[in-house]
Amino acid sequence: MLAKRIIPCLDVKDGTTVKGVNFVNFRDAGDPVELGRQYSEAGADELVFLDITATYEGRKTFVDVVRRIAAGVSIPFTVGGGINELKDVETMLNAGADKVSVNSAALKNPQLISDIAQHFGSQVCVCAIDAKEGLPGDWTCYVAGGHIPTEHKLFEWAKEAQERGAGEILFTSMNHDGVKCGYANEALARLHDELGIPVIASGGAGKIKDFREAFAIGHADAALAASVFHFGEIKINELKDYLRKQNICVR
Amino acid sequence: MKVAIVKYNAGNIYSVVHALRRLGVEPVVTDDPEALSSADKVIFPGVGEASTTMEYLKRTGLDQVILSLKQPVLGICLGMQLMCHHSEEGDVDCLGLFNVEVKRFDLPREYKIPHMGWNQIHDLKTPLFGNIRENDFVYFVHGYYVPVCTETIATSDYPAPFSAALHKDNFYATQFHPEKSGDIGSAILSGFLSL
Repeated sequence: MLAKRIIPCLDVKDGTTVKGVNFVNFRDAGDPVELGRQYSEAGADELVFLDITATYEGRKTFVDVVRRIAAGVSIPFTVGGGINELKDVETMLNAGADKVSVNSAALKNPQLISDIAQHFGSQVCVCAIDAKEGLPGDWTCYVAGGHIPTEHKLFEWAKEAQERGAGEILFTSMNHDGVKCGYANEALARLHDELGIPVIASGGAGKIKDFREAFAIGHADAALAASVFHFGEIKINELKDYLRKQNICVR
Repeated sequence: MKVAIVKYNAGNIYSVVHALRRLGVEPVVTDDPEALSSADKVIFPGVGEASTTMEYLKRTGLDQVILSLKQPVLGICLGMQLMCHHSEEGDVDCLGLFNVEVKRFDLPREYKIPHMGWNQIHDLKTPLFGNIRENDFVYFVHGYYVPVCTETIATSDYPAPFSAALHKDNFYATQFHPEKSGDIGSAILSGFLSL
């Protein structure tokens, strides 16, 4: 049976892992390559590394980090942050990344998704969406790390991304991110109903039951989290034991 | 031991290089017919689209080189699909090493396509899986599949059984990515290197 995936996400700035609470106030959580290796050994199914560096120098450092991850880690990993054009995708794939996630650049230029799918295949293209719920059920997509609202709505944009060839949707609820009170399960369930590609839940993991709910109620294919893993609040093997007992298929 | 990886316009070649290095083997990545035919083992990886890749293999003559190989060969993912006789992806005739046709997943809506993630393999045959247990998990990413056939040496279910691996003569192939399947994948690559 196809297993539900557990995905630790590592935000990387200038080569170091950081995690924000509601996208601000960073706390240091260590070396990304070492963390990646540890997570792989601990039973993580996949890894996501987001480059939140803004500078050219920091970006070069990140490519080097990606190269080192590829050499040391034997599970799939996605890289994102600052992917603006096909050339960036090629750089990351050549450095050893399995997938790239696009976010702001795709909202500004949706053709980017089509181009990535056409050149490298849909399996390479993860469309990351940061969205915030205003009125109930009304989700607005944000760009620039969750700072700037756009005219795009979550469900419409996710469908367009799928039609353009995205292989997965990584949906982060800005309402839930960093709050640790569970994932946006209603919105996840709607994405599951409306899409034919896998959905990764992001934003809100605090307790192990939150993961069960993302899978059982939100029908997510994978659940991503950061700080609960980085600071050892949730151990991946314990999480998986719990999910197995709840009849959720995990590796 | 000399291990050669077929170099062509496909993604993920370097994932295979890294996985072999972790096993202590330094492979050569080459499209040189002589280097390929003189290697002890050949790996034919692949991520991409079948018809454009097949076109490339024909244009460069690599199709004939692969067909002529006598040592153990391991096709991975698209590599495995290209070793079959035909693919529905781009409706293209492939290498024909395995007498089976690659089909598109046609599934109820609750089954996401591509089939992506960790799934179990069973009905394991051949020394390729010498160290692997029934129902171990490996990593898959594919939108097309090979039905179960006489050359099947491992199956997986999505939701119906399909070929997770094939074998005929010196040719082996996996639909999943051993290079991305953690310790289980390393053990399978190691099994291939020991053939």
